[in-house]
Amino acid sequence: MIGAFLARHPRLANRLYGFTPPERGTVVLVHRRVYIVPTRLGWLYAGTLLVLLVGSINYALSLGFALTFLLAGMGLVAMVHTARNLARMAISTGRAEPVFAGEAAHFRLYLDGQAPYDRPAILVRHLGSGVETLVDIAPHGQAQVRLAIPTARRGWQPLGRLLLETRFPTGLFRAWSYAEPDARCLVYPRPERSPLPAPTPLEEQGARATPSAGNEDFATLRSYQPSDSPRHVAWKAYARTDDMLTKQFTGEAASELWLDWQRLPAGLDTEGRLSRLAGWVLQAEAAGARFGLRIPGQEIAAGRGDAHTASCLQALALFQTEAP
Amino acid sequence: MRRASNAPLHPLSPSARAVSARDAAWLTGSLAVAVLPHLARSPWWLVALALCLYGWRVYFIVTRTALPSRWLLLAVALVGILGVWVDQRTLFGRGAGVMLLVLFSGLKLMEVRSHRDAAVAVLLGFFLLITNFLFTQSIPTALGMLAAVAMLVTALVAMSAPQRPLAASARTAGILLAHALPAALVLFFLFPRVQGPLWGLPQDAYAGLSGLSGSMSPGNISRLVLSDATAFRAEFRGETPPHRLLYWRGPVLWDFDGRTWHTGRGTLAHYEPPQAGAQAQVYRYEMVLEPHNREWLFALESATSAPERARFTPDGQLMAQAPVRSRIRYELTSVAVDAVRPAETSTLLRRALSLPPDVNPQARALARSWRASARSDAEIVEKAKQFIRTGGFVYTLEPPLLGAHAVDEFLFTTRQGFCEHFASAFAFLMRAAGVPARVVMGYLGGDVNSVDRIITVRQSEAHAWTEVFLQGRGWVRVDPTAATNPVRMDSGLARSIPNAEALPFLIRTDAEWLRRARHRWEAIAHRWNVWVLGYNPDRQRDLLSFVGIPSADWRALTATLFTILGVLTALLLAWSLRRLARPDPVQRAWAAFCRKLARRGVTRAPHEGPRDYAARAARALPASRRIILQIGALYIGLRYGGGPTPLRVAQLRRLVRQLRLT
Repeated sequence: MIGAFLARHPRLANRLYGFTPPERGTVVLVHRRVYIVPTRLGWLYAGTLLVLLVGSINYALSLGFALTFLLAGMGLVAMVHTARNLARMAISTGRAEPVFAGEAAHFRLYLDGQAPYDRPAILVRHLGSGVETLVDIAPHGQAQVRLAIPTARRGWQPLGRLLLETRFPTGLFRAWSYAEPDARCLVYPRPERSPLPAPTPLEEQGARATPSAGNEDFATLRSYQPSDSPRHVAWKAYARTDDMLTKQFTGEAASELWLDWQRLPAGLDTEGRLSRLAGWVLQAEAAGARFGLRIPGQEIAAGRGDAHTASCLQALALFQTEAP
Repeated sequence: MRRASNAPLHPLSPSARAVSARDAAWLTGSLAVAVLPHLARSPWWLVALALCLYGWRVYFIVTRTALPSRWLLLAVALVGILGVWVDQRTLFGRGAGVMLLVLFSGLKLMEVRSHRDAAVAVLLGFFLLITNFLFTQSIPTALGMLAAVAMLVTALVAMSAPQRPLAASARTAGILLAHALPAALVLFFLFPRVQGPLWGLPQDAYAGLSGLSGSMSPGNISRLVLSDATAFRAEFRGETPPHRLLYWRGPVLWDFDGRTWHTGRGTLAHYEPPQAGAQAQVYRYEMVLEPHNREWLFALESATSAPERARFTPDGQLMAQAPVRSRIRYELTSVAVDAVRPAETSTLLRRALSLPPDVNPQARALARSWRASARSDAEIVEKAKQFIRTGGFVYTLEPPLLGAHAVDEFLFTTRQGFCEHFASAFAFLMRAAGVPARVVMGYLGGDVNSVDRIITVRQSEAHAWTEVFLQGRGWVRVDPTAATNPVRMDSGLARSIPNAEALPFLIRTDAEWLRRARHRWEAIAHRWNVWVLGYNPDRQRDLLSFVGIPSADWRALTATLFTILGVLTALLLAWSLRRLARPDPVQRAWAAFCRKLARRGVTRAPHEGPRDYAARAARALPASRRIILQIGALYIGLRYGGGPTPLRVAQLRRLVRQLRLT
């Protein structure tokens, strides 16, 4: 009920939680953001102390008082220590590799203890999906957390809100905090397998005299450039000589493949078109073809290689979405 | 709902976490430490059952097999409960309660599967610890408790992070308890104490308390004398009285039935405490009386005023309002040697002459012969003392048994007895001769501690003597035992009894080093008794008025308490966070640098690295270009190059400080 109310009043929720999502840069869980309540075990412990106290009074047991008060002090201190297990921890995010809709987006979180002591048994839960994991952070250490969050829709998927919780060291208290680091993962449309369209003859596109690189026939070796596909690296040569060389191929120079929105069947809706185009991009890339992409409002010139494929898929992923 | 606790299987929930073999073993060990003192007092079958249950658990830990079914445990529980009932004839009260607790600790251990079960077992361990205090609250017990608490808390910590090494969990538990100590002390001294009990205690609540009883028959003091237990301690302000004046007065016995002396009914007569005469010695002292489950308070002969919440009986005995069931402390003033006493009422004098008819005819005849020949009561007293001194009486802890005419048999046949025989016979002779007499029970002597000068009086110093009423002098103490055995008066029991007899080891005082070690230990134990065990509502009031809160009611006390606890918690939190809040000096200097630039409008973008930022700032503020670039390079070197050297850190800080942007 409270959760639903806060979901309708985000500004109130932000005030309550002490931050405005999403949070850029490193998120530090300052102690005002750490909440703490006794667990059921904590209440049981309090009840036990009450019985011990009454017994001590009734039988006038001085050492009974001493035991009761030592345990009461321990409970009080445990509260501080439980909060301390989360407080001032820093959360930063790593890059999440793009995935296709339906796959899990792997978000990487870095929990930096920033403390001279260890922070054991910290639960990290992704609230949107319920994906959770337990981590321990060593003294002065950092822990890496990978959250595999399922995706459904193409576009930018933000990480969303995280719950961090701990009951260490006694289990008498539950301390928790919310964080919403500014991390997002690009989700490509779900690719649909269908036959590739026929390549367009080169003449239609204008003259291109020189034979361009393909991957049909091996032509020569040249030195490696960072944009080259790893599949074309001459790994055997690399193992022998330590020189990174890229195999050059010729072939299919005569035609370019154009993946065109307009040439899709008229009955297909937007998402269906994007899925089919994504499937084509993958197949064209696998076939090593030179291909270009044409969607309403955007045209990507023909090319090949991983970077080209990625930009094509990104264009499809973000088609008619608002850039966040 | 976003609340994590509503999820069906929360990974941190204690019921969802299985207890590892290591944690189960540790828990078993901790509970064993807590249960050990109880086993020493338990009947053999319970000891065997508990050992079997604990051992059984260890077997399951070692073999890593599944625990037995609940039905089997239920059967064991029923057998155990039946055993307790057969042994105690009840399932309630102190004895049965403790036995059940021992039983359940073993049974609970047998069903510890999850973290939650283990936590319940830890709480059970706390109950085992506190019930042990019903029997003993000595310093070793307290140390044992600390060790057990540390082990139980370690078990809790280990379970909340099972992957940590046990040593780390033990250290965390130690830190928790050390941090808890200030709060525990504040609670101990300031928590509003109320005088218990809150409700009626079980019948057997004070079964273990020993001390003088309200009656005296042959043999009951000599049994008490075998006890090493402390009766009370006295701390004198100023001079300590000599040993022969250390008559600690307790119950006064008036009524004799031929064998046993009783305190009898009280009378309403008013008692006037004695005044100090010209040669009187006045002693001021503080008593710490061990609980003995009777109303009377002991005082050095003769107390001049009653302490708070106590009164004098007509025979000058000090009585508390309720039986003394916890250690109490009171201050007294007594006069000795020349105490001027008032006259006595005739009712009491008549009572001090009454004797049962037809017992001890020989003694009566002897007394009548003294009366016939003596000119005064004082002369009769002298004759009687003479009779005992010269009659070949033997002072012994193991006198022969006496029959129906106990006094006759003692005086004329056996002639062997302990102080109660002498006192009883002497008082009988006096009454038979027409001299008002009564028997007083109490303690004689005491062990003066060479370390803190505190006198410890043990049950082994229990004594009985008589008081006779002489015209013009009032009640006069006559100790017939002194007539036969003057050594007892001056040096205590140990030298007055032949060595072969069964006196407790500690009151035989042969070894000097042993005696000194004992004194040292007793001095510590005394402080422990006064400040820890004897800390009660009175003591709390004293302490509060000492620190300047004279009349604190429980509301003020609670408010103070919560304030202090709040401050302590806040301090601990602040200290914990402060350890975290301080980034290293390089980071601080860089942050200051960024703030200075931001004030001039060059704010660092989150994605901007130090090199880009410094370059951009240098372009934007050409006047300070050099220093900005220098700071940037230094920071990059310190942050990403080798480790920071103090010299370069200092240089960075100086440069940032010097940076003036106009």
